[in-house]
Amino acid sequence: MILSLFDQFMSPTLLGVPLIGLALTLPWVLFFQPGARWLNNRLMTLQAMFMNWFVKQIFQPMSLGGHKWAALLMSLMLFLITLNMLGLLPYTFTPTTQLSLNMAFAVPLWLATVIIGMRNQPTHALGHLLPEGTPTALIPVLIVIETISLFIRPLALGVRLTANLTAGHLLIQLIATAAFVLFPMMPSIAILTSILLFLLTLLEIAVAMIQAYVFVLLLSLYLQENV
Amino acid sequence: MADRPVPVVEKRLMDVKLGELGSWLGGRDFTPNGILQAIRRGHDRYYNKYINVKKGGIGGVAMLLVGYVAISYLWEYDHISEILTI
Repeated sequence: MILSLFDQFMSPTLLGVPLIGLALTLPWVLFFQPGARWLNNRLMTLQAMFMNWFVKQIFQPMSLGGHKWAALLMSLMLFLITLNMLGLLPYTFTPTTQLSLNMAFAVPLWLATVIIGMRNQPTHALGHLLPEGTPTALIPVLIVIETISLFIRPLALGVRLTANLTAGHLLIQLIATAAFVLFPMMPSIAILTSILLFLLTLLEIAVAMIQAYVFVLLLSLYLQENV
Repeated sequence: MADRPVPVVEKRLMDVKLGELGSWLGGRDFTPNGILQAIRRGHDRYYNKYINVKKGGIGGVAMLLVGYVAISYLWEYDHISEILTI
């Protein structure tokens, strides 16, 4: 059977159960509840610090109506960052490489922000379709362009996350295969390739965190416009 | 012995004698709710033993992650073994 490079993204099953089930429930296991004590253990303190920092970062510029979304966006951020980082461990499966999952996150949340905007302040929401200061002759064209850009947002959100993670994993696999194959033949070149692989893995760790952050940040921006 | 007789199902696994294993397994709660409760009990035991301690280090979470990598390897073994055979 000829294996393509994309085979690592096929959902593997064992006895009919897909690994994506385990991969999706693992973040629940990794985040622990704060206990009944005043001072919790070190892990809980770190976790609480991260959550506080993140919530302030995202919700500071937002008006009060948007603060209802704090729990949702925070849990989304934790989920995405955990899934991305866990996918960097060997042999694991990254659910966020599947476009279906990312679109399932992006489309309902984006649609919710648009509907909230249209219901609560329709004029203001429609006004976003025309930037200030456009010359009169360009108005029709710009409205069409802005509408298209509005509708492309969920697609961009989903595809951005998928493409970044898939490309990263693919690169890691390619370079690792190259290093592995080169090692018996030309060890010095293999060492160079291994250094490249190490740097790439560092990059992937950064990308994993940044992509999750960007996803949630953009959603919060869409919410700010509309809330 | 002076212990009062305890119903088999309520004993912990290490206290069940080999002959009673069949009836112990038959009496356990395998409903979804029961399975969730069992998972929660196991999770709490692990948490309180390794993570919710005064000077917990990286070991508690690291064991979970290594276990996850091991399970993923087993789960994907069929898929991975084909890579070396072509």
